[in-house]
This record gives sequence, structure tokens and C-alpha cells, in this order.
Amino acid sequence: MLIFEHSRAGRRAFSQAPAAPVALDDIPPEFLRKDPPLLPEVSEMQVVRHYTRLSQKNFSIDTHFYPLGSCTMKYNPRACNSLAMLPGFLGRHPLAPESHSQGFMACMFELQEILREVTGMSAVSLVPAAGAQGEFAGVAMIRAYHDAQGDTARTEILVPDAAHGTNPATAVMCGYKVREIPTDANGDVDIEALRAAVGPQTAGIMLTNPSTVGVFERNIEQIAHIVHEAGGLLYYDGANLNAILGKCRPGDMGFDVIHMNLHKTFSTPHGGGGPGAGPVGVSERLQPFLPVPMVAKDGYGDYYWLTEKERPQSIGKLMTFAGNAGVLLRAWVYARLLGRAGLIRVAEYATLNANYMATRLREAGFELAYPERRATHEFIVTLKRQAKELKVNAMDFAKRLLDYGYHAPTTYFPLLVPECFLIEPTETEAREELDGFIAAMQAIQQEAETEPDTVKGAPHTLPVRRLDDVRAARELDLKWTPAGEGV
Amino acid sequence: MPFIPHTEDDVRQMLQAIGVDSIDALFDEIPEHLRAGDLPGIPEGMSEMEVAALAASRARRDGQALCFIGAGAYDHHVPAAVWQIATRGEFYTAYTPYQAEASQGTLQLLYEYQSMMASLMAMDVSNTSLYDGASAVAEAVLMAVRANRKSKSKRILVPRSLHPAYRKVAHSIVRNQGIELVELPFDAATGTTDLEALQAHAGEDFAALLIPQPNFFGMLEPVDALTDFAHANGMLAVAVVNPLAMALLEPPGRWGEQGVDIVTGEGQPLGAPLSSGGPYFGILCCKQALVRQMPGRLIGRTVDLDGKPGFALTLQAREQHIRRSKATSNICTNQGLLVTAATIHMALLGAEGLARVAGTCHANTRALVERLSTIAGVEPVFEGPFFHERVLRLPLPAQDALKTLAAHNVLGGFDLADDYPELGDAILVCATEQRTAEDIEHYATRLERVVTTQGRAKCPIEPKFDNK
Repeated sequence: MLIFEHSRAGRRAFSQAPAAPVALDDIPPEFLRKDPPLLPEVSEMQVVRHYTRLSQKNFSIDTHFYPLGSCTMKYNPRACNSLAMLPGFLGRHPLAPESHSQGFMACMFELQEILREVTGMSAVSLVPAAGAQGEFAGVAMIRAYHDAQGDTARTEILVPDAAHGTNPATAVMCGYKVREIPTDANGDVDIEALRAAVGPQTAGIMLTNPSTVGVFERNIEQIAHIVHEAGGLLYYDGANLNAILGKCRPGDMGFDVIHMNLHKTFSTPHGGGGPGAGPVGVSERLQPFLPVPMVAKDGYGDYYWLTEKERPQSIGKLMTFAGNAGVLLRAWVYARLLGRAGLIRVAEYATLNANYMATRLREAGFELAYPERRATHEFIVTLKRQAKELKVNAMDFAKRLLDYGYHAPTTYFPLLVPECFLIEPTETEAREELDGFIAAMQAIQQEAETEPDTVKGAPHTLPVRRLDDVRAARELDLKWTPAGEGV
Repeated sequence: MPFIPHTEDDVRQMLQAIGVDSIDALFDEIPEHLRAGDLPGIPEGMSEMEVAALAASRARRDGQALCFIGAGAYDHHVPAAVWQIATRGEFYTAYTPYQAEASQGTLQLLYEYQSMMASLMAMDVSNTSLYDGASAVAEAVLMAVRANRKSKSKRILVPRSLHPAYRKVAHSIVRNQGIELVELPFDAATGTTDLEALQAHAGEDFAALLIPQPNFFGMLEPVDALTDFAHANGMLAVAVVNPLAMALLEPPGRWGEQGVDIVTGEGQPLGAPLSSGGPYFGILCCKQALVRQMPGRLIGRTVDLDGKPGFALTLQAREQHIRRSKATSNICTNQGLLVTAATIHMALLGAEGLARVAGTCHANTRALVERLSTIAGVEPVFEGPFFHERVLRLPLPAQDALKTLAAHNVLGGFDLADDYPELGDAILVCATEQRTAEDIEHYATRLERVVTTQGRAKCPIEPKFDNK
């Protein structure tokens, strides 16, 4: 039932309608709205009950194991939320003067420093609102750098074929052509193909390491050498930073620019699809181009903003104000709770959990996409045999897992492994949870062999069964309208 | 170990199952010389109690000054229920709803949001949000260039009366695609787009005209004329609006003969706290014919295998995870939780509640402007209808006045000197529904003293907590 269907003319949430109507006699009538928008007329309790009930139809980290590969669905500590929502933080206007912002700016400065140290970069800007905006900032800085060198012939960005879709989409937004580099049979970038692809037209390469196939890119230094020799720069997509946090640093691998997904690695909530935060870090030579504003500290220990005035070569502003401050505060709380030792443990236990699951699933008869490789924080199972022999595919397994109370892993990504599951357990899951998931996979395998229709018809226990996506796209219904009115 | 549940026994058995003797051995594919050291620059971990004390002292230090700044972020009341529900774990810790069957709560809520926002704007379609107001303007510009097939240019007409940060951000984001933003001046008397200067562009090839309502100065633009001008000259009309204002003002879907083609704006006034500038959310609505050019997520209502209604992401072929380099945008994550809050906020207030909030803000700003204008040398810069925000001229350097006011814990407005030097000593002021008559009087007496002493009044520098 939609909220609109609870609506009754004249009903109100009275405490929320502040004052009596105000005379608007100074605004000429042609500017005024003639008929009110179709918002529901409901009581406060109806609203609370309706949205509470809706929330109960969701899987979430707080309610379910959520091993969604490349998304790092780990526990989001509650303290991060409650401290970011202290009245002093929530009430601060973004244009408040520095005299009224020292507490907030201290947190932001510390977060910049922690991110800088843990990634081995030389400076960090917290501005980008999400991973994709961080990517945009990164590639825009690559372009600004080449332009500043007078090197305008560089028109291409190299992207491995296994990369996230945001990588090529970002390169195009920055005015570049995209050239794909194949992945070799072991999951590494094909070095010979890379050598053949680089040249004076190469602006840079966008890489995720560990890559999206869940293995560490062993040739990273060689790749850096080849791209740098050709005059290009290296971009690090931080989607998989959880795998190496504190164990090795993109700055030491030769990357010139990186973005981090704080909603993954620094445990800020995903919120049903945002908000995220995608800070960027750079090597020395790209520092002048970082997006503004950034926080700096003077010799007296006071904090101040760096803007376009102090940073004339900056790629500029990307957000109205200073980015997703509330998300950044949550990440700051997380980093201070964990500290140095805690941050290093993240990668260790994330990797332990992934390797344990990979081993146990292989023992249970599931096929790993890269069995000869060490799993990182995630790994790929391919269900191509089940799809071929039993006609039960990865999507069927995914939907049936929901019935068993587990959120499905990432399915059909990366695109180059057929019928794949990308599984990322994260460090915050206990062993018995991992065992439960493995047992569910075994049970579904059994069902696929003996009663395949049960799997193919899944889910059976959720609020809805499989939805008609084709109809959703063909007969577009994107908003509620009162009975009888079309779109 | 914070947030890691493993016992020693677990670790031992798991390593044994894997067949290695230490956790460190799991990193054997990383070359030894690339291993990080022990990160001396990062502080040691703290307990929750210790971090809470540190955070509280910092939050308190920033205080809660009496705020008369708007300029794109407004200090509205947010009902208690909004964030109590939005931060329920089931909303707060869910991912993007790719697995529709396990995400019907988020999906239905987003569909309700699309319905409410489309109706508020009187448009056919709303997406489920972009990052914030400024970046949404940039996406709207890119969308307009893609969508306007009649135009061969990549030029956009942008009024100087549009929020300066929106103009800067749009420039940062679209310039690499060769898109040019051409500035339209404002009339010095009314603070609204100069129609003569606009007329000079008649017959020229532009992909779109941006139309702010209200504009950055709070002034009401002649939106019908601007919309019709755009359409008469083969341009798309792109509105940039404050959604709260749309509870009172004619919505962009009804501007001019045909209504605008694209609507964008900052969603913050609908349930997002000030929070130092984010997270907020960007609004994007359009006409049905342009829906396939839209960036961002869209939710459709459909049916399941049994014919039962349900909700799913739709038209994903526009998006980066399917189309890769040919996507409408690189956007992936949006601002889902803020939209969750905004949906609950709109449901609680309803059309009448929103209109009352908007009306009260407007009335308070009128009262503020009237009171401040009784001070010698303080006067409104522009004449004409406005909503909720106004530009005042001061008889002393604005920077000095604001600094002295701030030392008394009054944030007196936004200094326009950097963005609009042609306006002289001018500030942009706003009084939301949360400012009382006493607050306004407090500000006025402080400003009186500042004006009388020409900003030289001695005053404490340290902000005090809650001294209102």
C-alpha cells in the first residue's frame, strides 16, 4: 500500500504544521501556485508506521549477512552515526566563518591526514561526494596536469576490461576516449597488450588493485613503469582498498592519483544507495590541481580553508559546499575508534574471511574462477557448470540465497567471468556466519540437482517474487497518480 | 579488536582450513618491498567513550550561533520522526536496491519520492536524486546538451543571478566536454535577469537557458517570459528551484506556454540538517519525452511472477554499470538516505505544512528586512517581489560588520563581495521559520551597535555555546 492510499482529505500531522497561514500580499498573484501538489494527507503515526513497515521489507547489514562483492558491506558502527549527529555538527551552517568552525575543521584536517598516511599519497581533498565523483576529480586532475604541461595531444584513457562501469563513463565525462586492455588468464592485466596500447596519446590508466576479479595485480610496478615511460599517469580506483588497507599503499605502488570510497573502506553507511564520500589523494606533482575547498592548519594551530584563491590551478569546486560533511564525520569517528592497529587489521581479517570462504566453497564442489590465485578480500565463484548441466544459473542461486536469509553476492560482475558470484564477506563477520552461508550454498546445489524448479522460481519467502523487469521498462510507471489519471 | 569478532580459536581453525600458518601469509602475492610500515602518522585507537568526549567538545566549540545565512542551505526544523526512521538499520545500512525482492522497502519509498517530487514540480518524471544542488545543475546542463537535438551548439545561457557555487561547479564538471556557459547579466534595479540582454541572444544557437526561481538574491525571476523565450529560440528551459518555495510559488511545469523541460535544485530544505553543507541531495525532474536522457536511478512499478505489484530499478540501460562509456553519466551512488528523509518529511508536512513553513520563512525574512532597514544606511539593494531571502546594503564594509556580529555569535548573512563586487557592501540575509521575533530583534540591536561604531566595537572572539 502506498502512502498516498492512506491519505484522507483534511487529515494532518498537526504538530508539524508550524503556524497559521501567512498573508503573501507582497507576492504578485501570477507568481503564486494555483493548486497544491499531490502530497499525502496523513497523521504522524500513519507516517511512522508506514515507513517503519517499509523498512522491514529490506535486507540490510544490520539484519542480514550481505556479502556483496566490491561493495564492502561491513558493520557500520552506531557511534559514527550518533556522534556525527551531535547538534553542534548538525547545526553548523556551511558558510559559517572559520571562527565558528574550528571543531569541525579539526576533524576534517585529521581525516585528511589519516587518509594521506594510510594511502601513501602526498595530499588529500575530501570534497567528492561519491566514488564516481572522486573518479571524475581524479581524471580531471590528470587532464589539468597534462594541460598545464602544454601536453594536449593526450586523448586516451586506458581501462582494463574488468573495470567497474564508472571508469569508462568517467573518462568520457572528462572528454577522453576509452581504450580497453584485456585481462590475462591469471587475472592480471595483459602486459603485452598494455605495451602495445600506450603512446603519446595516453593520458593515463585507471586501475583497481586488487582488481575486480579479486586478485592482487602482481605486475603493478611494471604497469606503472610502462605507463609513466609513455608520459601517462596512474589512477587508482579505491573500490577495493579494504583488501590492502594498512598492508600496502597505492602511493608506494606508483599511483599518481586515487579515490577512496569511505562508504566502503571507512564503514560509513550505504543508506540504500548513498550518500557516499569519495575523497581523492594525489602525488606531489598533482597537488595544485586538487578540488577545493580543503582544510589547512596554520602555525598557531588554527584551521583555515583553502579555496580557488589560494589554489588557482585547482580543477575547482565539485559541490555547492565542502562535500558530504556528515559522511566524512562518520569516517573520522571510525578512523579514530580503530586507530593505527585497527586499520591494519581491517585488511587482515577481511582477507582471512575471504580465503576461508573460498577454500570451503571449493571443497564443497564449487568452481573458483582463479583457483591458482590467493583470494584477496573477495573472490569469484563461477556457476557456469550448474548453468549448463542443471539449467540453474547464477541469478537463480542468488534469488534462492535470499530465501535462506543471505543477501546475494554481486552477480554477473565482472563481465568477463560467466555466471559469476563476486563474494566479499568483510572483516566484521563471524566464522559461524560464513559457515552458514556455505551450508546454504551446498543446500541450494542439492536443490538444483533434485528440484531445480524450487531454485529457478526463487525467492519464495520474500514480500514479492521475481519482478517483471521488461514490463517495468516497457510500460513505464514512475509515479503514483490518482485513479483514472495517466502520466 | 574493534568490530572484528574472531576468537584466537577461530583464527587458528580458519588458517588451518586454508592451509597457511599465519594471516600474513595470505598477503604473499604482494611484493615484500611494497608492504606498508606501521603507519606512524596515524593515532592509536580510542574507545567509544573517548571519541565521544572528543567529538562532543569539538561540536560544542562550533556552538550554535544565531544563523541568518541562507545562500543555498537553510536552517529549517526537521520533525523528530524523520531521522529516527531514516536511521533505522534497515534503511541506513542497506545497499543500492539491485536485488529488488530484498529491497522492496527502499524501492517503494523511492517510488513515493518520485511521485511527490514530480507533483511538487508539476513535472512528468523525477529521478531518485543526484549529489547536491550544484552538481545537479551540472548534470542538467549535460542532459540538456544531449537532449536538445535541434541545437548544434554546446552553449548554455546561465544567468549571473544563479547561485555562484552552482555556476562554478557546473563549469568544473562540463568544461572538459567542450561545453560553454555564457553569462546573462542581471538588472541592477530588480536583481533579476536582464531581459534586454537576453533578447540580444534571440535567434542564436544555445542548447538551453537556465532559470533560477527564486534566484540567488531571493528575487523572483519573470519565469514565464524566460521559459517562452527559451522555447521560441529552440532552447530547452531548465529550472533551478528551491523545492520548499514550490509549495507556494508556481511550479516550473506550469511556467510559460509549455512548462520547462528539466527541473533541478537543492533538496536540503526538505529534511536535511545544515550539517556543514552535506550530505544534501540534488533534484532532477523532466518531461516524459526526455526520460531516457536522464542520469541517475529510476524506480518503476511493475508486477511479480504472481501478478502482485512490486518495484524495481528501471531504464538501467542509461547507466554506467550497463552502458559503461556510453552511459548518460558516471553517477552510481546517489543520496538515497537523504531522499528517505525527504520523503518522510514531505509525508509528515503535506502540501499545507510545507506551504506554512515556506510562508513563515517569507514572513520572517520580511520582518527581518523591515527591522534592519530602520537602521541608518541599511537598505534593500533590489526592488521587486522576492521570496525568503534578500540582499541588504550596509553603510560599512560587509566583512567587518559580519565579523563583529559573529564575535557576538550572530551569523548575520552571506558576504557578496567576492562573487558580486559590483554590489558594494552587500549581504544576503534569510530568516527561516525557526527565527523568532526575539532573534530578529537581537540581530537588529547588534547590527545597530556595529553600524554606530563602524565595526570597531570591542567584543569577545571565542564563540559561546547557545547564548541566544
